[in-house]
Amino acid sequence: MAAVTAARSSCRAAGRLVCIHRVRSCSSIRFIKSKYVCVFDKSALKFSHQQRLFRTSAVSCGQIVQFKLSDIGEGITEVTVKEWYIKEGDSVSQFDSICEVQSDKASVTITSRYDGIIRKLHYNLDEIAYVGKPLVDIEIDASKGVAPEEDVVETPPMSHEEHTHQEIKGHKTLATPAVRRLAMENNIKLSEVVGTGKDNRILKEDILNYLAKQTGAILPPSPKAEIIPPLPKSETLPAAPKDKARKIPVPVSRPIVFSGKDKTEPVTGFHKAMVKTMSAALKIPHFGYCDEIDLTQLVQLREELKPLAQIRGVKLSFMPFFIKAASLGLLQYPILNASLDESCQNITYKASHNIGVAMDTEQGLIVPNVKNVQVLSVFEIASELNRLQSLGSAGQLGTNDLTGGTFTLSNIGTIGGTYTKPVILPPEVAIGALGKIQVLPRFNGKGEVFKAQIMNVSWSADHRIIDGATMARFSNLWKSYLENPASMLLDLK
Amino acid sequence: MVLQSSLKNCLQLSCILRTPKAGFRSTTCGSLIIQSISNDVYQNLAVEDWIHDHVNLENRQVLFLWRNSPAVVIGRHQNPWQECNLRLLRQKSIKLARRRSGGGTVYHDLGNINLTFFTTRKKYERMENLKLVVKALKALRPQLDVHVTDRYDILLDRQYKISGTAAKLGRTTAYHHCTLLCNADKFVLSSVLKSPYKGLKSNATPSVPASVKNLFEEDPSLTCELLLDAIAEEYATQHHIDHHITLINPADETVLPGINNKTKELQTWEWVYGKTPKFSVSTCFNMVYKDSVLDVKVDMDVKHGRIEVCNIDLPEQWLPPALCSELVKSLVGSKFCPNETTMLATTLLRMCPQDDELHNRWNLLCENMVMLM
Repeated sequence: MAAVTAARSSCRAAGRLVCIHRVRSCSSIRFIKSKYVCVFDKSALKFSHQQRLFRTSAVSCGQIVQFKLSDIGEGITEVTVKEWYIKEGDSVSQFDSICEVQSDKASVTITSRYDGIIRKLHYNLDEIAYVGKPLVDIEIDASKGVAPEEDVVETPPMSHEEHTHQEIKGHKTLATPAVRRLAMENNIKLSEVVGTGKDNRILKEDILNYLAKQTGAILPPSPKAEIIPPLPKSETLPAAPKDKARKIPVPVSRPIVFSGKDKTEPVTGFHKAMVKTMSAALKIPHFGYCDEIDLTQLVQLREELKPLAQIRGVKLSFMPFFIKAASLGLLQYPILNASLDESCQNITYKASHNIGVAMDTEQGLIVPNVKNVQVLSVFEIASELNRLQSLGSAGQLGTNDLTGGTFTLSNIGTIGGTYTKPVILPPEVAIGALGKIQVLPRFNGKGEVFKAQIMNVSWSADHRIIDGATMARFSNLWKSYLENPASMLLDLK
Repeated sequence: MVLQSSLKNCLQLSCILRTPKAGFRSTTCGSLIIQSISNDVYQNLAVEDWIHDHVNLENRQVLFLWRNSPAVVIGRHQNPWQECNLRLLRQKSIKLARRRSGGGTVYHDLGNINLTFFTTRKKYERMENLKLVVKALKALRPQLDVHVTDRYDILLDRQYKISGTAAKLGRTTAYHHCTLLCNADKFVLSSVLKSPYKGLKSNATPSVPASVKNLFEEDPSLTCELLLDAIAEEYATQHHIDHHITLINPADETVLPGINNKTKELQTWEWVYGKTPKFSVSTCFNMVYKDSVLDVKVDMDVKHGRIEVCNIDLPEQWLPPALCSELVKSLVGSKFCPNETTMLATTLLRMCPQDDELHNRWNLLCENMVMLM
């Protein structure tokens, strides 16, 4: 009772007649709604009133139509269902693909004739489906009024859905039932709309564009629409006197509707491998040490040696030099080529220098290693690298190439960057990352400025067994070999 | 006469291909013969998709001629592991493609011609197309004994298969394509189409093997160009059009808008391997390690090309059980692919004690596992 009084008093502004009408027809739930509604102006009231009536009269269940498998041609009567594109509960639009069936070397895509929701699939995968028998049950909205006689059992000469529509509706325009309903609701003649779909078919977007031009407003986005383009300028609108009289709002800022969805997928394959490796690497206390190397002399040397290697069928990059110099350094500082066991009780000094080279492939990061660098020449290292690179890009690296590494170099500089913070790959204890080679001005011994080829190196090492001094000395030795390549000759075995 | 690559041809094609999309019936339209300038199997398959999706065939039909550099093409619902020797393909860098039409597996190289007949779905008629091909062959060399079987194959001398057929039907368009063996490498053909993988169980469409022969072997004066020309001539006659072949470039977005996306999709792992119907692998193999021979039994279920269920039965304690169960756990959800398996297996080894013996055994097991893929 109290609620009634309250409604009446707040409705005074809106007009008593309307409020009384509301009180009479309201149930307790609708009462609460009417309180809010009465505060607005009359046009809003009318709108909600209409809506309410519409709602009570609408049927909750749609009509279930059996979509039968239509004729395949060549007198074929049965096919095998090979793949379902939808499942029960999915909503489909007309012309969406429903399933793929196969018959005698022919693969057929079956598309939906209706808009609606899939309620039942009549066959499982690899079952035999029969032409003329139901394939799926689709629940169609009753308001759409698609006549059941559209179900075709025998194949008439014009089995095309659009032709049936033409006969029923009497229009010469092609449009799906959903589009026709939208046009009808908005009092649009389909013949006035320009179709942009296949065969000049009128699409939902065409109706919306037509409406936008008429009312000068942006309509609510359809579920499939992504970003709504800003209003066309008033010059492009048809010059009807009606439009000139209407006020066209100038677009200031339109809310951009973005309907992109988040995508979640399980971690598999290369990502899984990285997760495992890096989680294990977390246990290692890393410290970093960086430096810059003047590669001017090495660049010159490589230019001279490249054609010689080419003659022998090997592509010579800078990596073989970096790798060999690292191996020479490891001979002096073997702790960098060691491994710490699980319990941190023992250090194993590895005899072989199996130097890993980080490679970026299509699938992800892989680190194959060159075995026994300590006994290989620079040329042999280069040719081994070529082999690993071609196998890597073909995705054919074997387990032997990917295991047994003792030290790693990562040439991230081929992509870019200067200083980085590389992560050690267990069970190793050190890693080096090489930045890009840049031409920079530097001072020489005489105090003159000259063009230097500078590359940055960033080392990371396991601080449990390696200290900064060791890393620094190793780095200096490695640097000296590369800055003065001739000095490598002295120590090469 | 046959091969004229000029800008005019390409423009003409784009006009012909574009106008049907807008829907109006051009009075100059009639059937069309086109030939691809590319030998890339993915690009050529993408052209078929493009024509299927974009060209209005109400008043015209299209004949598409194409050849590929070495590739194996499997049918839409087939299992590549069952159909061909994937290891050999990878070694020889022979491409693997999955087409959208049904049917069996074929080997393509430049000695094999592909013909695609595009019609509306109503006018889909494979026998007619194959009879056209036979008529063309007989017109070229009347002494050839070629005929069409009721399985839509073309046989030479009543026993050797020289052509296989497949088809794809969409909502409004249909295409029927077939091969024609002119001068293909039969040795490579037979070796790549023999699957070494054992213990596979699936409902995928199996191929029906057949003895094949090249037309070149029957008559050494026959070349691919001659055959293509003869078939085009016959098609032109039957469709009352000029014997004129328009060349198309399957990489040209201006003539075929959206074609590069189609080409890319056909190359994805998800399409080539991921579309394999569910199958199971149940096999055992022997590993020789030092002086002993070990029996290993492997069971796996693979769906969408990914391992759903995995079970590896090893002799007790030959490898740490914890490590084995880690391997099985990692494999579940991964692609049934040697590269990924190798990656996962080698990564797991990093987490183990650095024991040479363990490493050797592990690598041996992994190599054998990879052989199954």
